Amino acid sequence: MDRDQIIEKLVPLMEDVFDEDDLAYSDDLSADDIEEWDSLSHVRFIAAVEKAFKVRFSTGEIEGFKNTGELVDALTAKLG
Amino acid sequence: MGEGIDSAKLMPWLLAPGADFRATVRSFKTVDPDEATLRRLAATAMDVSQLGQLGRVVAAKRDAIAAATSFLPIRLGLVGSHTLDHIADALEATGLRHSILLSLEKAPYGLVTQAVLDPSIGFAAGSVDYVLLSLDPRALGLHLSELSEGGAESAVQAAIDQMILLRDGIRGRIGAACIFQTLVPSTDPLFGNFDRRVAGSSRAMIEEYNRRLDSILMDGDLIVDVAYIAATVGLARWNDPREWHGAKFPFALEATPLYADHLCRTIAAARGKSRKALILDLDNTLWGGVIGDDGLEGIALGNGSGTGEAFTAIQQLALELRQRGVILAVCSKNEEANALLPFREHTEMLLKEGHIAAFVANWNDKAGNIRDIAATLNIGTDSLVFLDDNPVERALVRRELPEVAVPEAGEDPADYPGLVARAGYFEAVSFSDEDRKRADYYAANAERQRSSASVTNLADYLASLEMVMTAIPFDATGRARIAQLTNKSNQFNLTTRRYGEDDIQAFEADPSKYTLQVRLADKFGDNGMISVILFDKGGDTWSCDTWLMSCRVLGRGVEHQVLAEVAAAAKAEGATTLTGHYLPTKKNGMVAEHFGKLGFTKIAEREDGASDWSLDLASYEAPDLPIAVERSA
Repeated sequence: MDRDQIIEKLVPLMEDVFDEDDLAYSDDLSADDIEEWDSLSHVRFIAAVEKAFKVRFSTGEIEGFKNTGELVDALTAKLG
Repeated sequence: MGEGIDSAKLMPWLLAPGADFRATVRSFKTVDPDEATLRRLAATAMDVSQLGQLGRVVAAKRDAIAAATSFLPIRLGLVGSHTLDHIADALEATGLRHSILLSLEKAPYGLVTQAVLDPSIGFAAGSVDYVLLSLDPRALGLHLSELSEGGAESAVQAAIDQMILLRDGIRGRIGAACIFQTLVPSTDPLFGNFDRRVAGSSRAMIEEYNRRLDSILMDGDLIVDVAYIAATVGLARWNDPREWHGAKFPFALEATPLYADHLCRTIAAARGKSRKALILDLDNTLWGGVIGDDGLEGIALGNGSGTGEAFTAIQQLALELRQRGVILAVCSKNEEANALLPFREHTEMLLKEGHIAAFVANWNDKAGNIRDIAATLNIGTDSLVFLDDNPVERALVRRELPEVAVPEAGEDPADYPGLVARAGYFEAVSFSDEDRKRADYYAANAERQRSSASVTNLADYLASLEMVMTAIPFDATGRARIAQLTNKSNQFNLTTRRYGEDDIQAFEADPSKYTLQVRLADKFGDNGMISVILFDKGGDTWSCDTWLMSCRVLGRGVEHQVLAEVAAAAKAEGATTLTGHYLPTKKNGMVAEHFGKLGFTKIAEREDGASDWSLDLASYEAPDLPIAVERSA
């Protein structure tokens, strides 16, 4: 699965978790940009990503993600 | 580590949310939600995101919902030693599933005692109806072992004392009732299996705490057995150290919908919002097959086949629910005469007509019939649960009557009892006074315990069982089960002759055969058909063709009582001798001496171990056994 395919699958997931319609993806999206993205929905988001992509992140990885681009990079590395 | 939870399978009795779930929820940003739509949405297996989406609508539109719907408003304060946000997010939407409209007040994170005792931080007096005390073992000092002398006892008592302090604050200062939780043990042992024997192991202390917790509940206080909920999911899935370390979640995020459901159903039960009646479909719900097509002998029900036993288990659950006060009703598309037939004539039916408070069998649509049943029983349709294997009927009832709970019964009847029981439709918070009729069931169990515990003399024990044996000739009703027993019984089977239903049917009509199908009931219940006997009638001598028995009733004297039946019948027809034959197989060694034990004399033994036996009827005396015999069905 390449980076674009991962993003394509990620966007509807984010729309659902953050309750946002027509989310415009960019690599530098973070909690600052999305109203519903708080510490709680962040955990939800990671859980939803893990389920959808069948991966598991470590405690350290979860703490390390600064924006969606880093998450997509981590997914690309795991699924690549 | 946490092993992950498949949220789609967490609550299998709920329908999956529709593809339009989020769009429907979002539409409520502009129009006020209506009760029917809210109920339909809440009746689905929402994941944590969906619970949050619907919950935000409920919070934003609470006044409009309270004014226009029958959901019961309840104010709930949340106090926790961990993150409460994800729980709070799930509760409002879940509450709708149980007919309550929750408004939530959250204590500041981690401030447990202060929130309860200090009005400047916590809840104002009279501001909430209930306060949930969601504490985990870490907050109560029970997460680490306490191996010093006396350390375990003081740790457990300190935890209980802390809860008493909180209880008194909640009841006294705030004026609310408490909702306690049992503690969930760690997945990880210290010693291993030995933990349970070391009072100071975390697991033993938590068990002791949970045991004592019941004693501190006061009137109106509730308890949510989180330890049990966790067990249904599995500790390795429930506990998720990563989410604890990273987010201070007390359990795996994806278990939240189930936890929220248990909390809401408990509150709803305390406020009289539990369901009151279970409406059952018949064909392929209470028995396998279609009574109108397959007839009494063709339906699958009862011991012997897995499918038949699965349907028996459904009936057992219904009967148990009835014994604790749940009303049973039937709603079936059938000719009424056909629908009633198994209730009246099928020997494996546990449910009888008298158990069914409203019996509706016709060809009208089920939504209308269910309305009629509610009217007949004088209860609201929001008190009903409707169990039906047919997805078309379920969809119709969900569409017409969204307030009726409709478990998403799948393909396998073996799942049905669990779906109905675990959904918590009939959750209760008391067992007393008006529910006393339920006591019969518990009394029987208690009596069984006492019987094995106190009766040391075998004869006394057997006498105490109050056994009733029903011994009747083969007939059409028993035919399938008789054939099945001849094909499945291997151990207590003297000749291991296998017969099909056509053979059994032929024996029924054959005057040269003596046949018996034997059932045994005792005070603990009906054991079903447990023995099958077939003799060839000669003039003077009756020869045993088949003698088999279920090993479940070994040691009860049943075979002696059966012989008495055969002997009496043979004598009455002028025979003087019974002969028996043992044909050895790999599995039936246990009955090599069967006829000898019954008083027969061995007359021949062959090299392969087969033996022939004979009993002189003139000198036979029937033993006096504590088994009553009935000779008609």
